[in-house]
Amino acid sequence: MKTLKDTKPGETVTIVKYHKTGDIDLRRHLLGMGFVKGAEITVKKVATFGDPIEMSVKGYSVCLRKDEAKNIEVK
Amino acid sequence: MKKLIVGLAGNPNVGKTTVFNQLTGMHQHVGNWPGKTVERAEGSFKHGNYGYDIVDLPGNYALSAHSIEEIVSRDFIVDDDSDVIINVVDAANLERNLYLTVQMMELGANLVMALNMNDFAKKKDHIIDIKLMSELLGFPVIEVNAKTKDGFDELLTTVEKASKNPIDSSAKLSYGDELKEHLSDLQALIEQDKNLLDVPSIWTAIKLLEKDSIVIQKVQQSAISSKIMMEVDKVSKHLIDIYNEGAEEVIANARYAFISGLMAESVKKPQVEKETTTDKIDKIITNRLLAPFIFLGIMFLMFHLTYTISAPFQGMIDNGFIMLADFVAGYISNEYLRSFVCNGIIGGVGGVLVFLPIIILMFLFLSILEDCGYLARAAFTLDIIMHKLVGLHGKAFIPMILGFGCGVPAIMATRTMENESDRLLAMMLVPFMSCTARAPIYAIFVAAFFAQYQSIMVTLMYVIGIVVALLVAAILKRTLFKGMSAPFVMELPTYKIPSLKGVLLHTWEKVKGFLRKAGTIILVCSIVLWILSSYPWGVKYGSEQSVLGMIGNVVAPIFAPLGFGTWQATVAIISGLAAKEVVVSTFGTLAGMQGDDGDGITSLVHDTFTPLSAFSFMVFALLYIPCVASIGAIKQETNSFKWPLIMCGITLVTAYIVSFLVFQIGGLAGFG
Repeated sequence: MKTLKDTKPGETVTIVKYHKTGDIDLRRHLLGMGFVKGAEITVKKVATFGDPIEMSVKGYSVCLRKDEAKNIEVK
Repeated sequence: MKKLIVGLAGNPNVGKTTVFNQLTGMHQHVGNWPGKTVERAEGSFKHGNYGYDIVDLPGNYALSAHSIEEIVSRDFIVDDDSDVIINVVDAANLERNLYLTVQMMELGANLVMALNMNDFAKKKDHIIDIKLMSELLGFPVIEVNAKTKDGFDELLTTVEKASKNPIDSSAKLSYGDELKEHLSDLQALIEQDKNLLDVPSIWTAIKLLEKDSIVIQKVQQSAISSKIMMEVDKVSKHLIDIYNEGAEEVIANARYAFISGLMAESVKKPQVEKETTTDKIDKIITNRLLAPFIFLGIMFLMFHLTYTISAPFQGMIDNGFIMLADFVAGYISNEYLRSFVCNGIIGGVGGVLVFLPIIILMFLFLSILEDCGYLARAAFTLDIIMHKLVGLHGKAFIPMILGFGCGVPAIMATRTMENESDRLLAMMLVPFMSCTARAPIYAIFVAAFFAQYQSIMVTLMYVIGIVVALLVAAILKRTLFKGMSAPFVMELPTYKIPSLKGVLLHTWEKVKGFLRKAGTIILVCSIVLWILSSYPWGVKYGSEQSVLGMIGNVVAPIFAPLGFGTWQATVAIISGLAAKEVVVSTFGTLAGMQGDDGDGITSLVHDTFTPLSAFSFMVFALLYIPCVASIGAIKQETNSFKWPLIMCGITLVTAYIVSFLVFQIGGLAGFG
């Protein structure tokens, strides 16, 4: 099972689902920012010290910590 | 003239504040939402026969119940008697922007969209059929350019028309047959209770499915609440069965599906998206290797420019107040009145206003860095350090660093953090950063005891401040701020050239706040300190016989375990509340010399302290309550006395504990 956390810079993936274990408030927040099922995400880069990750979704750039990205399953 | 109340709503970084500034100019007032730490900017202007009262709502991505900013915005749309809500939308980022629009439609808001067609959007080559989009949404869409004010006139005329014929914008929403069917069952039930119909029933239905705590609470007041909640449970379960997803996800998907449909019809995108200027700049600015150095470089430049430019102005202000005091003194024959006006008021307030140039410049640079989009990049680069060490947001870095300059702009800078608990925690930590006003204290003590280790000792003070701040943060995060952690998820906005007007307005707003404090809380504290130092009348100013000296004598034993239980040291600490550098001049006054006789003070200090107690005193001066200006800044930012008091408590306790440890352990280790 691949998650957004494992996605390498330059890769484009599609969101499959959220893991049930993730924080519910965070999920709501992410849904509002465009992280919905079927959304295409392109990972752009990783910050200097390895975290967070910058990605583009719905045409804009956003960054997420790996901790937050690990509960989003992608393909 | 007809009065119109208009709210400005939109995502962060879409040009909403630019629109607000362009419309209101200097006729704006920045305060707080009642009882909240969220900034409320309100302004007024005239257009034709209409007098506008316009409120800049917080920048939001959604209208859920999980952040105060979002709650404030939706309450304004629902409760306040606004005539029209202008939804500012970034044309370059339409899809995500519309997500908020759709939620305002659920609320049935009387909407007019200002589609901000900035240069960036034009470059993206998206072709938007505005007429069609307006038809599909069911409310007017007007193309504007926030920077040049193009389209503003048409926007306002449209707003005026819309105010006469309010529409229910929820009419055109459609969420697919399956969801729609269940929603309408739920809506029918909700509509049975008239008390719930102050908002469209579709909003209540959706929010119940999203488990929105505030709406659930409201519905629980209803006579038919159990019936409604049972239906909500039923629908939620049913949705999970069909979609294998929770209701929230189903609804979010439905919103985006509606938006996709709208986009597909009214927007033409180029086959391949062009590489943007922002991408090009970010190849350097957030480059993995370069980013930390660029950050350090920018910070260095900011401090360097701040100090170089402000130094002559600080000198001028300082001299100006001395001249003013001398001048005024010549006209007052009564000795007490002269001392009151010259020492108490002019000296006290002047001593704080000396920092005004630093505050102005730091805020100017900060506004530029924020508006151009760099601040978010700095947070991106440094987040892991802040997060792993103390559980703070990456954006907390900036206030901390500004704290080395002056705590007042640093505390004001916490506004750049979206989350309230992050903001409060950062405010509690800023005072531990060693600000410039503390430097003269170190200078005196180092000259008296540690002359050969000058740079090591001063550096050590800065390091102690940082380490203590991190420790306190770790403790607070596990106690007072327990569980108040916010997700990081942060937009990296496109780079843009900051608007001069916006930067100047922003800076002026902060400076005005500081000046107001100088005229109120700082003035009052200066007067109180003067009275304590002068009463009973006739005693030498600030001497052992004055009330301040008596208080010093009573309190002094408390400081004995820290190594400086003398009334002089205590008086210096109390006076230091006005501003930290006053600690130094207090020692001067106590020795009966001119306040700026450095050598005299050094020898006094040398006689009343040991090296260890001097070090302990330096640590205490570093860590205890910074000054009334910073207390005032926290009061202003949080809109209550609770947080400044908590800050005072935290800093006092921390200073006491650390100095205690320094003196006791130092004594055991033989440094006594």
